[in-house]
Amino acid sequence: MTEPVNDGVTTTSGPSTLNPGRAAALHVRPTFAGLRATPADAGASSARATPPHPAAQRDPSRFAPRIAQRRLIASGFAALCLFATLIGVVVLAALLIDIFRDGAGRLSWSMLTGFPSRFADRAGIGPALAGSAWVLFLTTMLAFPLGVGTAIWLEEYAPNNRWRRLIEMNIANLAGVPSIVYGILGLALFVRVMSLGRSLMAAALTLALLILPVIIIASQEAIKAVPRTIRLGAYALGATRWETIKHQILPMALPGIMTGTILALSRAIGEAAPVILVGALGFVAFIPTSPLDQYTVLPFQIFNWVSRPQTAFHEVAAAASIVLLVLLLSMSAVAIWLRNKYTRRS
Amino acid sequence: MTAPRAALPTPAHDLRSWGEIGLERRHANERRIGYLLVGASAVSILTTIGIVAVLVFESIGFFAEVSVWEFLTGTRWTPLFESKSFGVLPLLMGSLLVAGGAALVALPIGLASAIYLSEYARDGVRRVLKPVLEVLAGIPTVVYGYFALLYVTPLLRVVWPDADIFNAASACIVMGIMIVPLVSSLSEDAMSAVPRTLREGAYALGATRFEVATRTVVPAALSGIIASFLLAISRAIGETMIVTIAAGATPQMTLNPLRSVQTMTAYIAQTSMGELPHGTVEYRTIFAVGLTLFFVTLLVNIVSGVVLRRYREVYE
Repeated sequence: MTEPVNDGVTTTSGPSTLNPGRAAALHVRPTFAGLRATPADAGASSARATPPHPAAQRDPSRFAPRIAQRRLIASGFAALCLFATLIGVVVLAALLIDIFRDGAGRLSWSMLTGFPSRFADRAGIGPALAGSAWVLFLTTMLAFPLGVGTAIWLEEYAPNNRWRRLIEMNIANLAGVPSIVYGILGLALFVRVMSLGRSLMAAALTLALLILPVIIIASQEAIKAVPRTIRLGAYALGATRWETIKHQILPMALPGIMTGTILALSRAIGEAAPVILVGALGFVAFIPTSPLDQYTVLPFQIFNWVSRPQTAFHEVAAAASIVLLVLLLSMSAVAIWLRNKYTRRS
Repeated sequence: MTAPRAALPTPAHDLRSWGEIGLERRHANERRIGYLLVGASAVSILTTIGIVAVLVFESIGFFAEVSVWEFLTGTRWTPLFESKSFGVLPLLMGSLLVAGGAALVALPIGLASAIYLSEYARDGVRRVLKPVLEVLAGIPTVVYGYFALLYVTPLLRVVWPDADIFNAASACIVMGIMIVPLVSSLSEDAMSAVPRTLREGAYALGATRFEVATRTVVPAALSGIIASFLLAISRAIGETMIVTIAAGATPQMTLNPLRSVQTMTAYIAQTSMGELPHGTVEYRTIFAVGLTLFFVTLLVNIVSGVVLRRYREVYE
């Protein structure tokens, strides 16, 4: 990496043209000891010698450019920053290798479709996969319309007043609330007060509230990116506000909204903390068939197996983690593909 | 755009509707949509109200039996034992120990990554490194927990054989790695917002790239960087699965990261898994600890927002 050190004195342009400006910027005169370090420069500047700056007289080293030393620091720092960035990459690699080494041997069709068992070699993730699919479906149904609706209201309807700012601030704060606090809300509100019990619906409602702020913020960004001229054109043709939104703004903002929503949903699918509170079970021996059924989800099943002392269960947990990671990574891949496909249009 | 909902009426048939195609119907529809959207946005307000109401309501029941003073200053947390003590300090201390340790890992690495990505990396390198960091941010916390307990802890116990099987250090390290992407991406955004002219001015004065990064760009982006630090710390305090799996279940006042501790989040998760009878004081501890957790993270988030708004350098 080349360091753009502008040391002035060593360049081909004469010191008489370059040094004064540089020295003035440093609030010193061009003849102090440090700058004379370069032999080529020495003769030229001593021809128009002026007395050194008092500070430079007291301590000439204070004004020395010390170029070699500074270059060394600069490249050391660059290497340090690169090293720090690579730590993330290395840990990610270690994590993936560790999980695959532990779990790849346990991956099989019977493991994907089987039921949990007291015996680790027979344990499967069938009910957990089905539960995660249910939760994904229900959470999407709940959070997508609410999130996009809120974003539309904030961007297209709400007057720019204190009430709107309050709602936006509230959403930003909700995005920072720990997921387990949403779990507590779900436990008290959905499991107890609404008596949904330990059901898929309670989990989906809790997770929908958890990811709502993320969907709202992403959708707002997407709607903001639609040019004003599109709106004006639609209004000029006599469209009402909702017609403009439905036929012009939403189609244009949809890729951005979808990207944000998919990323938010992949967070919901990976969360274990809130579902602990809303009563996921570690041992479910059936495939849930209605939103009011008891359930387990993939992250919770992994947690359940990790918490057991037997190594054999850790291997099943690793295998289930591989499945979860593949699921989440393919969701993010779709989101990134959508983003890349449609960013050129805007 | 007025989509062709129905065939246009011919002028001869109904002159009036030629000019106002279903206008009344469309306006009524418009009002209904407006109400629906207001309803949707009310949900987020209701969520906040719900969270606060639930936490406060159950906590009132809790504080009817346990004094606020004992809760806030007690140094023993044994609500499920025969002799019950309800001092939240050991849990708070556990949370702060783990979050502090995670910050020690994440802040330098995250900031250095951000400097690298914003000041050094060429476009090709950025296009590889940024998605890798995004993947790091997208890994479920339960998988991080697995990694902490079954990979990092054995490594730590090679170096320090007397470390507990469940210890704070492994949780600190893994959680630190988990929040690196948060620090690096937010800090990088802040640094990218520093105008090019400032950098070029510094280069023109003869600064090296290191001097430009540390004396021009970082100070100019400092509010954004500190805000990202605070957000990361708040995320670490609220993180549940890593500490539940790897840091243990021993509420104690210790600063030794090799010991087993219990954080507020881990207490809530571990306690709610057992069947606690609804309405008992043990059940209500979940809400009292949840309220404390909510306040601590809210406070850090608010400070972060204030730093971002008040100390932001605005450039034209």
